[in-house]
Amino acid sequence: MVATDAEAHATSDPEAAWHQRFDSAPIEIEVNDLTIRYGETTVLRGVNLDIRKNEIFGIIGPANSGKTSLLKALNRMDMFTPGMNVQGRIRINGCDIQTVKNVYALRRSIGVVFPLPVGLPLTVFENVAFAPRLGGVKDQAELDIIVERCLRRAALWDEVKDRLDSLGSFLSGGQQQRLTIARALSQDPNILILDEFSIAVDPVTTMRIEDVLKELRKEMTILLVTNLVQQARRLADRTAFFLNGECVEIGMTECLFTRPVLDQRTKDYIEGRCG
Amino acid sequence: MNPFEVTGINTTNKRTQALFRLLFMMMTLLLILPVIIIMMTLVYKGGSVVTYDFLFSHPTNGMTAGGIFPALFGTICLVTVALVVSVPIGVAAAIYLSEYASDNWLTRLINLSIVNLAGVPSIVHALFGVGAFVIFFQFGTSILAASCTLAVMTLPVVIVATRESLQSVPMAFREACWNMGATRWQTIRRIVLPNSISGILTGVILEVSRTAGETAPIMFTGAVFFTPFLPQGVMDQSMALSLHLFVLSTQVPGVPEALPYGVALVLISIVLIMNSASIAFRMYLRGKKKW
Repeated sequence: MVATDAEAHATSDPEAAWHQRFDSAPIEIEVNDLTIRYGETTVLRGVNLDIRKNEIFGIIGPANSGKTSLLKALNRMDMFTPGMNVQGRIRINGCDIQTVKNVYALRRSIGVVFPLPVGLPLTVFENVAFAPRLGGVKDQAELDIIVERCLRRAALWDEVKDRLDSLGSFLSGGQQQRLTIARALSQDPNILILDEFSIAVDPVTTMRIEDVLKELRKEMTILLVTNLVQQARRLADRTAFFLNGECVEIGMTECLFTRPVLDQRTKDYIEGRCG
Repeated sequence: MNPFEVTGINTTNKRTQALFRLLFMMMTLLLILPVIIIMMTLVYKGGSVVTYDFLFSHPTNGMTAGGIFPALFGTICLVTVALVVSVPIGVAAAIYLSEYASDNWLTRLINLSIVNLAGVPSIVHALFGVGAFVIFFQFGTSILAASCTLAVMTLPVVIVATRESLQSVPMAFREACWNMGATRWQTIRRIVLPNSISGILTGVILEVSRTAGETAPIMFTGAVFFTPFLPQGVMDQSMALSLHLFVLSTQVPGVPEALPYGVALVLISIVLIMNSASIAFRMYLRGKKKW
């Protein structure tokens, strides 16, 4: 992992490095002309983007820029949101998600981590075993293995291994957020979506989770919505800047930070002058 | 000058605040006054007749002596059957309204009907019960007809209590489940219901206490003045405590004064015991809250 990191950041030309790594990678998420409305209000206008397999794709932007709405559209959560109207086409792994027959399988292939940690009112074990159980896993030994593996990968195992039977909702905030990540991993997802995962988490835990993400990028595509510009810089291969429902700019993360950007608004936001 | 010195306006504010506090407290104390007076009167006038024999023997001498067992038993039967009818319907309807229904004109109409159903006077329910259950469904005057009438009357209580306790489960839990690919039912079954069952049960117990005291809805539909027999099934008629009290107080000559007070004491004790049980149960479950 360290090698890949060094490789990506040491190359003088981040653009060339990105092309070298991802040009041959298949497109995992493809968004075409996506417009989202809530009743009369348009929260996302004509967004186009494509995310490559095993890429960490960052999205930055101030509040109300439509980031969360985009995430909701990706796993068809608009079905549960009254008044949310999605237009445009989203393809995941080549399949148009409006026409997939099994939306539940679609959602299971996308792990989601929310801004505020949501420990379900179940034990730590049951929190992580929930999704496998939904998927039909009944064998206790198999569940034991899945739970331990997911908790280890979320860097939480050592802290909770002696109290798997205590309530997940009583863990500390940082632990709950890692529990949420373990739960997302238990779905065995191809895509991991993180929506501002660090706003309720202390800096040390944030760095631990970032390390976890660097490990996970080998196996899955990660969509990282963050309000910390520097977090996008640390993790993301490419970053998109959203403002007022528009995707202003998509660029190689390093380029956004070190070179003249296409749009003045992006520069203003990154340097903390707007948004 | 000391910035924390007491000033004139400060003293006035304090005095006004004390006055209002006293006013609100008096009003609150006024609330419990009727309860205390009723209980004390009942215990004073009727306490002496409530014995083991009173509870468990039949009325004698044209109901001017003896016990209240048929009425007590009848009330228990009526309440139980009413629960069996209203709880499944009410809980299912509440789950639908809270978890499935989208906010459209139909849902709003249903909500409006529930509110209105709660406001319908009990004598109107009684007449509805006669028309619907006694005559149309041909239950005759029976425990079943009376209980169905009671059930219709108490449905709003069950629905509202259930819906409120369902909605006290945070939305974030549901969203987390849906994001994991759970269906609505899986979410309800595994997360929402286990965490709202306490509130639902509390609502049900409150309903029981309300049902036990109702007179009008059962008067024409299944409860009788006097019967020497205990009901053998739901199609039989039965005595009931509330009606028995009404009859003793107004219809039967020569009833000793203590007797109706004794019946009232038993009836109100049932209500108070159920309510206390409900409150104790709620406190117990609140201690086990999971988030």
